[in-house]
Amino acid sequence: MNERLPKQKQMLHAFRKSIPVMAGYIVLSTGFGILLREKGYGVFWAFAMSLFIYAGSLQFVGVSLLTYSASLLSAFMTSVMVNARHLFYSISMLEKYRNAGVYKPYSIFALTDETYSLLSDNQIPEGCDPAFYRFMVSLLNQSYLIFGSVLGSLLGSALPFSSEGIEFSMTALFAASLTEQWISSEDHLPALCGLFSSLISLLVFGKDNFLIPEMILITCILALTGRRERT
Amino acid sequence: MMHSILLIVMMSAATVLMRFLPFLIFEDENHTPQFVIRLGRELPSAVIAMLVVYCLKDVSVLSYPYGLPEFLALGAVIGLQSWKRNSLLSILGGTLIYMILIRLF
Repeated sequence: MNERLPKQKQMLHAFRKSIPVMAGYIVLSTGFGILLREKGYGVFWAFAMSLFIYAGSLQFVGVSLLTYSASLLSAFMTSVMVNARHLFYSISMLEKYRNAGVYKPYSIFALTDETYSLLSDNQIPEGCDPAFYRFMVSLLNQSYLIFGSVLGSLLGSALPFSSEGIEFSMTALFAASLTEQWISSEDHLPALCGLFSSLISLLVFGKDNFLIPEMILITCILALTGRRERT
Repeated sequence: MMHSILLIVMMSAATVLMRFLPFLIFEDENHTPQFVIRLGRELPSAVIAMLVVYCLKDVSVLSYPYGLPEFLALGAVIGLQSWKRNSLLSILGGTLIYMILIRLF
């Protein structure tokens, strides 16, 4: 086995990995902090939501749940619906996180869309402890989100420049990951399956309800096409 | 105030449940069905394809500018990534192009 790098070097690798998420997270969560403040919830709320919920899109949904004072049951059910896709992330990280030791609970807790997208390529830099490296990437990502939401809450909408369109960096992150996985994989069926299931579900069920039917569709297609030879 | 705190607790609990559930169900490596293990290996590409579509779900392709900024920028990301294989470059390049395009259209 190779020598392990010192912890600081490993953290530097994790930081480098997390850079694509940094800009997007800070901008998105600044928007979140501003929105939350406009609705009358100050910096404590922005901080608490980014710390305890830590799920980008649900936090935005959460702003309206708070504003309209939703019932506890509907808040829970809405959150399950919005975040059901996280079941998929955890299923595909089962093998990787199973033996992550002390890093396991937090790594599972912090498995957001973006963190998953960064880590699902399964590339661990040479000399890094996979569990520690994945833990650090997750932790850095959450710190960007917390930083941005606190910043947005404190600054309000007094930002000096127009950052309109920078939220596309999240779409770009997913598109870049998809392209990379397409190039480095022999088996394109999963990607095609995801693409077609999404488009079909989007057309049939509409943009507010398509995620759950789509997850069922993906599972069925991957199940039916099982027993293929893998290279 | 109290109700707002409880709402956040509910959102947090539901999110944590979704993220931990597979680990709780398939805790024992030897009792994890082969199907689930295989699903776990094939899901990344499928799920990331789903996220791309999810991000673009609000784009209206039937009215001006017909989603052109999104699709052109997306093309740039895919092109840059295939060419240089550097995701930071692809993301920065694509985002910059998008920010310029939405100001032009």
